Amino acid sequence: MATNKKRISRRRFLVRGGLGTIGILAVGTYLFRSNIRRGLAGIANTADTPFMGNTKTPIIWFEVTKNNDLILHSPKVEMGQGTFTSLAQMAADELEVSMEQMRVVHANSSSGNIDSFATGGSTSVSALWVPLRELAATMREMIKTEAAKKMKASVTDLEISNGIVTAGSASMTYADIVQGVDDWDIPDTPPLKELKDYKFIGKPIPRVDLKDKVFGAPLFGMDASMPGMLYGAVVRPSTIGATFLGADTTKAEQMPGVVKIIKETDFVGVVANSQIEAENAKKKIKAHWKADKNWQTADIEELIAVGKGEAFVIQKEGGPNDFLEDATGLIQSEFKSPIGAHAQLEPNGALAFVEENKATIYMSTQVVSITRDEIADRLGFDNEQVNIVPTFLGGGFGRRLHTPNGIQAAVMSKAVGKPVKCFFTRKEEFQNDTFRPPTHHILKATLAENGLIEAIEHNVSSGDVAFGSPMVPSIAEPILGADLGAWRGGMIQYGAIPNYQAISWRVKLPFATSWWRSLGLLANTFAIESFIDELAVKAKKDPVEFRLAQIQDDDRGHRLKEVIKAAAKKAGWTNKVINERAMGFAASTDANTPCAQVVEVSIVDKEIKVHKVTCAMDPGIAVNPDQVRAQCEGAIIMGMSASMHEQMFVEDGQLQPTIYGPYQMALMKHAPKEIDVVLLQNSDVPGAVGEPPLGPIAAAVANAVFKLTGQRLREMPLKLA
Amino acid sequence: MTISLIVNGAPQTVEITDGNTPLLWVVRDLLNLKGTKFGCGKAACGACTLHVDGEAIRSCSYPIKLAEGKTITTIEGLGNEQDPHPVQQAWIEEIVPQCGYCQPGFMMATAALLNIIPEPTDADIDQNIINVCRCATYYRMRKAIHRAAAIQKETTAKTKE
Repeated sequence: MATNKKRISRRRFLVRGGLGTIGILAVGTYLFRSNIRRGLAGIANTADTPFMGNTKTPIIWFEVTKNNDLILHSPKVEMGQGTFTSLAQMAADELEVSMEQMRVVHANSSSGNIDSFATGGSTSVSALWVPLRELAATMREMIKTEAAKKMKASVTDLEISNGIVTAGSASMTYADIVQGVDDWDIPDTPPLKELKDYKFIGKPIPRVDLKDKVFGAPLFGMDASMPGMLYGAVVRPSTIGATFLGADTTKAEQMPGVVKIIKETDFVGVVANSQIEAENAKKKIKAHWKADKNWQTADIEELIAVGKGEAFVIQKEGGPNDFLEDATGLIQSEFKSPIGAHAQLEPNGALAFVEENKATIYMSTQVVSITRDEIADRLGFDNEQVNIVPTFLGGGFGRRLHTPNGIQAAVMSKAVGKPVKCFFTRKEEFQNDTFRPPTHHILKATLAENGLIEAIEHNVSSGDVAFGSPMVPSIAEPILGADLGAWRGGMIQYGAIPNYQAISWRVKLPFATSWWRSLGLLANTFAIESFIDELAVKAKKDPVEFRLAQIQDDDRGHRLKEVIKAAAKKAGWTNKVINERAMGFAASTDANTPCAQVVEVSIVDKEIKVHKVTCAMDPGIAVNPDQVRAQCEGAIIMGMSASMHEQMFVEDGQLQPTIYGPYQMALMKHAPKEIDVVLLQNSDVPGAVGEPPLGPIAAAVANAVFKLTGQRLREMPLKLA
Repeated sequence: MTISLIVNGAPQTVEITDGNTPLLWVVRDLLNLKGTKFGCGKAACGACTLHVDGEAIRSCSYPIKLAEGKTITTIEGLGNEQDPHPVQQAWIEEIVPQCGYCQPGFMMATAALLNIIPEPTDADIDQNIINVCRCATYYRMRKAIHRAAAIQKETTAKTKE
């Protein structure tokens, strides 16, 4: 996202205080709106920003509370990635307040600075790196100017620390200073502090949501409640491609606790007094569906084969075709990855309350503005009449980029005139997911006489990832052709190879596919980095040296080399099998963040056992190194889960399995006992963190298994023969 | 039907029309303790783990009619900021949670494990902690479980002195 290039202009920065509220200041700007309206800002008299009815009311970034805490209204949602903490650090450092004074809440769509893009793509911290600090610095200067007036001192004589401004022996808190101010002086955007002067940025500050999460606070969409709330349940299809025809609800109507049966053209549901009554009544609804075809796994595999879809060359250097067509000594391999489920623990759902002229929706969503627009559209409301109150997400991973469940809750609430909470069952989550598409890869290469790669080609065939998503404008499709999500990680990163190309084959699948943490990176890196290992073996070269020898001399290449060297060094890399343990190596570059991993693997009871993972990553500035490490640790194990255990099947038109357990995932017993993360910083801005470390793990494990057993595992999930 | 039970130390009486209502919904919706989570409804993920008479139970599949006279502890009753349970203290020190949704279930499962095996080995942990965490915080959770055992041991030793 290019948002970090935009600057705050003075004209967009108008701030007011007062109006009878005490000690609260809000700073606002339409920083992320493409249709930049001139700014406003204003007032909120509680920590919960009230529903204000339309976006002509102020956009709130910060509030000063009566007890001198600072509340940041985050335009990015917190789904575990630690963004709230990093943003709090960035704000606190420029605002000169302590971390203890800093609180973070989700901006709601009525009064907050909601993001017209989404929370996703590992962009939250990088996108806000400059603008958030500039806002905080501007607010600090405004407070100082006001303090100088109130304290009858010169601005240059003021000292400022922990939200307290001192002039000689006098001092005032921010809360005192902002009281009753109606007319603020807005300075030009002040220069930002130097990195070395930051107290919090770059430090392993504990998560701001840590205690709430440890003591069981009601943070999530599922936890939201309102007085008089009823419970909804919607009948969802279990068959791929099913169209809703209608439903017989006579039996359901007579069930205890039923308030109303909801019959719409696109769904049928029930509203009842309790969760169990809603579920019981739903079971009595006979919904009628029509599906054209009884899909099977084999049908999907046939569809997804390279050569079947539409091809787009996404990368080309030199003349790879001259070498790869009918070449003697052509090396060729194919790889596969299965359909993957998000399997996030909190099911999708929403609590909606639709009143005559407004709607309030509490939900876990990664696309606050899209959710709002969709619900407003369905209700026939203006966008400004719908207030989305984002909650903490019980896992995101891309699953909450599509939120029609918000519409259903709103429709049901409107029908009964009361708040209605409705969410997916686990079976519905598994069968109505927006899946990670299956992929098929064909790689071809020739080696030059010096043993290095002369030419290489990567073909990836995938279902759509980004296309069809409300976040990606439909105009992107004809312009790009190839799906930008499917090709993530699909290009050749070894720029010193003289001839290379990558080809993306686009396939339309009969079920919904979309963004799954790291998009195509997991499968593409598995295929490419396994194949690179094959080539190194063929060339009789050490796989680490083999990679280093084929990286170009530019900034990107330099950063990739450095993570490769750092991982190898920290792991004590060896290409030998020692005590029946082997190391495997792989590297990837995702969203400009290079990452290399070394795994130590053995075979225990005929199963692949990963003992240790060493991960070197260069995300640039790590605003919170502890949380960057946490993202690496989690991504590594999630990547192991997806590449060694998980797989959805298509059986008689249904996606299966539909429950944890049968949908095998990595558990405690599968997690490596040692994960060693090395962070490099060869870039002076914070880059992507949440997804890049998912790249290398699958290939690293497969490469180690080959060394141990001679078996080249070319299909996820990785299973020994 | 009327069910009497003790929840986090307080006697509670709930009126319920369907005795098969899972304990989870009683705790969450009637008693408004939202720390115990719904994950799957089939006792497969452990997000709903709480204690019934000291034992870790997956409350999504535990009918309320069986809870008559029982003592229930949820994450809200395990400890609080002023007086955290050793497991919660360890979770804070290791900065375990990411999204945090599954974490109460893991902490309740761990607290119950430490009651039976005060100093679990890695193998004990692998065998007994079988909940699902999609953020895959297992690496820090394992460290936190060992740390919780150490904190508990220290606390017990102090109490005896």
